[in-house]
Parts: sequence; structure tokens; C-alpha cells
Amino acid sequence: MALITVEGLGVALGGKPVLHHVDLELNLGEIVTIVGPNGSGKSTLLRSIIGAVVPDSGKVTKKPGLRIGYVPQKLQIDSTLPISVRRFLDLPRRVAQSDAETALIRVGAQDLTNLPLSGLSGGQMQRVLLARALIGTPELLLLDEPTQGLDQPGSAEFYRLIEELRQDLGCAILMVSHELHVVMAASDRVICLNGHVCCHGTPEHVASAPEYRALFGTGTQGALALYRHQHDHGHAHE
Amino acid sequence: MTLLDSFLVRAALAGVGVVFAAAPLGCFVVWRRMAFFGDATAHAAILGVALALATNLPVFAGVLLVALAMALFINWRNDQQSVDTALGVAAHSALAAGLVAISFIDGVRLDVEAFLFGDILAVGRIDLAVIWLGALMVVGLLAWRWQALLTATLNDDLAAAAGIDPKREQLVLTLALALVVAVAIKVVGALLISAMLIIPAAAARPLAKTPERMSLLATAIGAVSVIGGLGSAWFLDTPAGPSIVCFATIIFFGASALRR
Repeated sequence: MALITVEGLGVALGGKPVLHHVDLELNLGEIVTIVGPNGSGKSTLLRSIIGAVVPDSGKVTKKPGLRIGYVPQKLQIDSTLPISVRRFLDLPRRVAQSDAETALIRVGAQDLTNLPLSGLSGGQMQRVLLARALIGTPELLLLDEPTQGLDQPGSAEFYRLIEELRQDLGCAILMVSHELHVVMAASDRVICLNGHVCCHGTPEHVASAPEYRALFGTGTQGALALYRHQHDHGHAHE
Repeated sequence: MTLLDSFLVRAALAGVGVVFAAAPLGCFVVWRRMAFFGDATAHAAILGVALALATNLPVFAGVLLVALAMALFINWRNDQQSVDTALGVAAHSALAAGLVAISFIDGVRLDVEAFLFGDILAVGRIDLAVIWLGALMVVGLLAWRWQALLTATLNDDLAAAAGIDPKREQLVLTLALALVVAVAIKVVGALLISAMLIIPAAAARPLAKTPERMSLLATAIGAVSVIGGLGSAWFLDTPAGPSIVCFATIIFFGASALRR
């Protein structure tokens, strides 16, 4: 059975339609990336899946007892709130010290344990958020633009980490990304979203779809070229 | 003569009771930047005082009713107005309506000042019972929801992903705030309730590394301020409520300086 099935999802925020007729299925162990222009409803789709947004039509069905790890787009920590990385991992449920350590080591953030959350850099924060999402061995990781604010090497490293996690934990990953060239390299499937699902399929398929090109124009060509260049193996398209 | 016969002991117990609830709640007010919210609820409480006097209800009940109505109004409000604006409308119209309403109540020579600045030295046994009952309810509520409240304070979506409804947690805080305002109005008055919420929490911040430590420290700082303020009222004949707030302020500056 699929981990998550989204059927005919429609969401309006403040009276403005954001998503309509979105269908999506997610299976164990696959990495699926959602791309789309600003305001295309990418974050709203993730937020509907975690239950932060109530759909106006359609439905989101989760496998019973599905364990989800969620990494939000950004976490702004008010400096008035004193909280360490370790204490943060204890929210909303206290976790065993060994579990917390394992999660931090897995993302290479073991040195951050006792630092205050408000003093972390962007990259450190993303790692800590990821560590928190890993506690409780999720079957599905939801990542909302996890590399936003990271420099290129930083985000490349982050995606390597994601790929590694998928291999080690066997969990499915659904993420939103802006970085088309990385997406192409790291995903099993790509969903191109613009209020509705414009096109979806393997990265190569989506990259050559006319709907995708209409949305991303020439930039896509460059992104794809970069992808091909980086990996030095050709794809039969065009 | 028992200990409670002394008005000074009653005053101290009343002050500490309010601090007990106001300090941890004040931490959330600071963390979530709800300072204006506390102010607004307190201003609206004056309307509650007027209603209570006009209908012979206990003042506590009148204030609680209006504070709750205000809290629900803010929670229910649509997104077209900012929270700031909605609070401004609700707070100041309720304050104005309260002051106008009080002018219609004749037969009672009303000391408005007592409700604006509190009258901690006139706290009776029943007041004391009401204060401690309310305070224990607030502390119980906060302790019960602590983890969920903290998660929702950090990020609404993180909370939602963990099955916590951030709106519900916001409502819990709003209700607790209404309760604190209702029990504190006798002690520090409507104008200084916000001070008892915010200043001890702000003073505790530079000294604390965890949320729990911060709220315990804030409680201790608030309690010391109550004792100090009452001492000043006793020995120097200063007004008790404002003296308590001045003491908390001194500790705030002391704590901030300590960290420099």
C-alpha cells in the first residue's frame, strides 16, 4: 500500500485558490521532489499532508500508523526563548539520550548538542531539524526547501546526506526544492506543480515535458546541462 | 490571632499567588511576543469591573467574563485585521466603555484608582482563596500542556506535524491570560498586570539556558519583587503595587548587567 495517497486535493487560503485537483502517490523508499515557481502551492501541498492545512476538497490518505518526519522551510528562533539543541529534540516528546545522539551523529551535528538553537547558522539549523525529524525512525521524510539559505557546497552536501539517509533507513522522501539541477540528480520522480500537477515522472521525462519548459523556460536547459555535465552520462532526449 | 489576620501576610500571599501563575505564563507572553495581548486583556478588565458593580457580581467574575470574551474575540477574528489592530480596537473600546459605565453607577462611591493600580493591602481571605485557586488552575494548565505549548511556540507546522493543533494551544494561553488578569486585578491593578507578566520573565532570560529554568527563575524574581515591594510600602509608605513593579525592574536591570 502507498504511504500517502492524495486524491483531488483542493486548497484555498484566505479565499484564494492555491491548489486544485492534485493527485499524488508516494511509495516506500522513493525520493520524490516537487518543483514549481513561487506561489505554485508547493509548501501548501506539504502542509496539507502534515495536517496543518485543511483541504477544501479531495483528501489525503495516510497509511495507518505512518511515521512522518517533517522539516519545515525555516525555523526562526526568537532569541527570547532559551533552548538548546538537545532540549529541542525533546519536543514534543522526550526522547532517550541514545536516540538523540544517534540522530545527531547521523546528520553530523553531534558537536551542536549543547548550543543554543538561536545561535545556529543556517546549515547547522537544517541539520538539527533533520536530526529531529529522524527520531522515531520515520517511514516518510517531508522536507520543505531544506537547502534554502545554504551556499552551493552546503546544499550539495545536504542532498548527499538525504540520499545516504534513504539508503540507510529505507524511508521515502518527499521534498520541495528550487534547485533544479540538484533535483534532477537526486530524485526518482519529479512533480512539477503550478496550482495543479503540470507534469510528473522521471527527472528526464519532466525536464523534456513542454509544460515544464513553459514554466521554467531557458533556465531549465542550463540546469539540465549542468546536470549532464556533472554526471557525465548522456540521456536520450530531444 | 492567626497569621492570616495580618494584612501584610495576606498581601504577601496574594502577591506570591499572582506571581506563581503570572511568571511562567509571562514567559510564553515574551516568547510569543504577545506583550500587547496582556495589556489589552487587562484594559478590557475595567469593563468587567463596571459590569460586576452594576450587576452585583463579584469583581473577579465580571473581569473573568470580559477577559474571556476578549480572548475569544481575538481568537475568532478573521485575517483581514492584524492581531495588533484587533487588540487595539477591543482593548481601548472596552476600557472606554468601562469608564463610561462606571460613571452611571451611582450609590457606589467607586475608587477607580483601586482597579487601575490595585489594592494589595486590602486583600481579604476570600480574595486570597480566589487568587490561589486561579493561580493553581493556570499553573496546572501550563504544566499539563507544557510540551505542546513549547512546540507550538517554536513553529506552528512542527506542532501540526506532531498532531498538535497550534490554534488550540494558542487558546490555552489566551484562557490562562484571562484567568491571570482576573485574579491579579486586585493585587497590581489593570495597568500593571502586564508588568507582572513581562518583567520577571525578561529579567530571567539572560540567566536561563532552558525554558523550564527561565520560568522557575521568573517565578523566584517575581516573588522577591513582591516581598521587596511590600517592604518598601511598609517602611517607606510607597504605593504597594507600583513598588512591586519597581523592584522587578531593578532586578531586570541587575540581571541584564550581570550578563554584559
